[in-house]
Amino acid sequence: MYVAVKGGEKAIDHAHYLLAKKRRGSTDIPELEVAQIREQMSLAVARVMTEGSLYDEELAALAIKQSAGDLLEAIFLLRAYRTTLPRFTESVPLQTSEMQMERRISATYKDLPGGQLLGPTFDYTHRLLDFTLLAEGQALPEPSQEPLQAEPCPRVLELLEKEGLMRVEKNSQADVPDITREPLDFPTNRTQRLQALARGDEGFMMALAYSTQRGYGRNHPFAGEIRIGFTEVWIEPEELDFAVPLGDIEVTECEMVTQFIGSKTEPAQFTRGYGLAFGYNERKAMSMALVDRALCAEALGEEITSPAQQEEFVLMHCDNVEAAGFVSHLKLPHYVDFQSELELIRKMHAQEQSISEEYSIQEKQA
Amino acid sequence: MISSLEHQNRPAQAEGYNFAYLDEQTKRMIRRGLLKAVAIPGYQVPFGGREMPLPYGWGTGGIQVTAAVLGEEDVLKVIDQGADDTTNAVSIRRFFSTTAGVQTTERTGDATIIQTRHRIPEAELKKDQIMVYQVPIPEPLRFIEPSETETKTMHALNDYGVMHVKLYEDIAKFGHIATAYAYPVMVDERYVMDPSPIPKFDNPKLDMSPALMLFGAGREKRLYAVPPYTRVSSLDFEDHPFEVQKWEQSCAICGCDHSYLDEIIVDDQGTREFVCSDTDYCGQRVAEQEKQ
Repeated sequence: MYVAVKGGEKAIDHAHYLLAKKRRGSTDIPELEVAQIREQMSLAVARVMTEGSLYDEELAALAIKQSAGDLLEAIFLLRAYRTTLPRFTESVPLQTSEMQMERRISATYKDLPGGQLLGPTFDYTHRLLDFTLLAEGQALPEPSQEPLQAEPCPRVLELLEKEGLMRVEKNSQADVPDITREPLDFPTNRTQRLQALARGDEGFMMALAYSTQRGYGRNHPFAGEIRIGFTEVWIEPEELDFAVPLGDIEVTECEMVTQFIGSKTEPAQFTRGYGLAFGYNERKAMSMALVDRALCAEALGEEITSPAQQEEFVLMHCDNVEAAGFVSHLKLPHYVDFQSELELIRKMHAQEQSISEEYSIQEKQA
Repeated sequence: MISSLEHQNRPAQAEGYNFAYLDEQTKRMIRRGLLKAVAIPGYQVPFGGREMPLPYGWGTGGIQVTAAVLGEEDVLKVIDQGADDTTNAVSIRRFFSTTAGVQTTERTGDATIIQTRHRIPEAELKKDQIMVYQVPIPEPLRFIEPSETETKTMHALNDYGVMHVKLYEDIAKFGHIATAYAYPVMVDERYVMDPSPIPKFDNPKLDMSPALMLFGAGREKRLYAVPPYTRVSSLDFEDHPFEVQKWEQSCAICGCDHSYLDEIIVDDQGTREFVCSDTDYCGQRVAEQEKQ
């Protein structure tokens, strides 16, 4: 007796060993190298960096290896590492208009300055399993002969702004809050919301975005522009009065053109939803842009009717490290609380029984 | 109490990490939050909770509080469900013996800090002891009102009508209040507080306790506290007074008839036996009995 709760220490050691074995799989197969993951699973790396809120391809790849491909676990590993790092500065706002483009598309104009650049994309691939990959050693297809254009790519939404058709976002000039250091306080501002959405779970964000398309907080979106590429990060060190570049990061940016607002005194204007993610991460950036716009409902004077528009609902549940932790904690022992529920439910049964017995005695007497 | 232990035998602290894992700035931030919490008993103080290397929901709030108040001389006890050797208690105890190298104990009386999930030890707590509770949902009104903006206002206005209505509805439906754990309490006649998911059996131990009670909710990023010798009363009605769980059975190991019991099923016929949930208390009683 009492075995069930004894020996926790030994069990944990054994579990760690078994996990290491499970992660490694058959030793007849060569071990994965972190560099292979970084180079050949770059979209997984991008997701882990985005939701882990840390741009480090090597550590993200390491986390994926360590977590045996469980991306939520990898995100958690990266987050737990991230909190131990000192925060020494803030970057200057990214100039994504200066991006070295890999891909740039707009669904609102057929052609535009800088042109449409399809770039590497799963779009228009037919989803047929490529059995040549099974055989490994597939040769790369011939590179296209057309050189990439280097003409400037102005932002699509800026073109609309110039025409007065797009609501201009004003720089609040306020200090940028850090939601990883200060707890969220409701109501939030857009800066806090965008931070929370950027590290929010891709699946949750996509489901919410989808719900707005199906009528739960509809705002009639168009993909104004999606751009993916490398952009420079600049910082302004305290001891210098000018900014210096730190390096390049790959980002995906999405700006959605959404339903206009206006009144008797103000002419109608389109509004925008904004999404940004590390690496090549289109689904996340698009979903984020839709949810961002839905959460602007209150500020834009729209009626709040749907989950995607409720900031407490979205922001308190979009973080997958928080969500996964709390869901999985149900695995922990709860026998004390369960025992008190058992005691309660048995008491209720006993009461009911005594009442029905009393009734039957009364009936007999009658 | 501390001097009776051999400090030279303390396990070494892990290299590469600050004492008790968190950096000193973060600890200071948490301690400031705790001071505010102690100053306003039962009030939930928001704090910049950090991501810990253990999952949310597994005690990250309690761990951060313990890390913030832990000193080299402290003796730490960690329990989960009243027991020292449940897996999560083992895991958290290991975390602190690796990152802080402090002495750990299973004896309630020897501990200066006790981190707990779901129980308060049976042995009476003493002055200078600190209890650290792991809290999943700090807001006692959350399941009645899901919005934080709303509940914050209700606390500010001392507007707890909905809670009494909920308890009354229980009585109307079931004949008595149907909350068996995380039973809401009134702290110092001002704030309604969630005592964390301890069974209501433990609620009376909070009242006028000589120990300091600190509560940490990591995911929800809230701290709250009950200072020593503070009045803590469980919500009830005059005609339906608060009462705690009782068992007809006694502990199958030590024969105790007044402790909180866990039920275990010992065969496939569903035969049940009951044992003390507080393993240290049970063990000490057995040792006493063997001595006699």
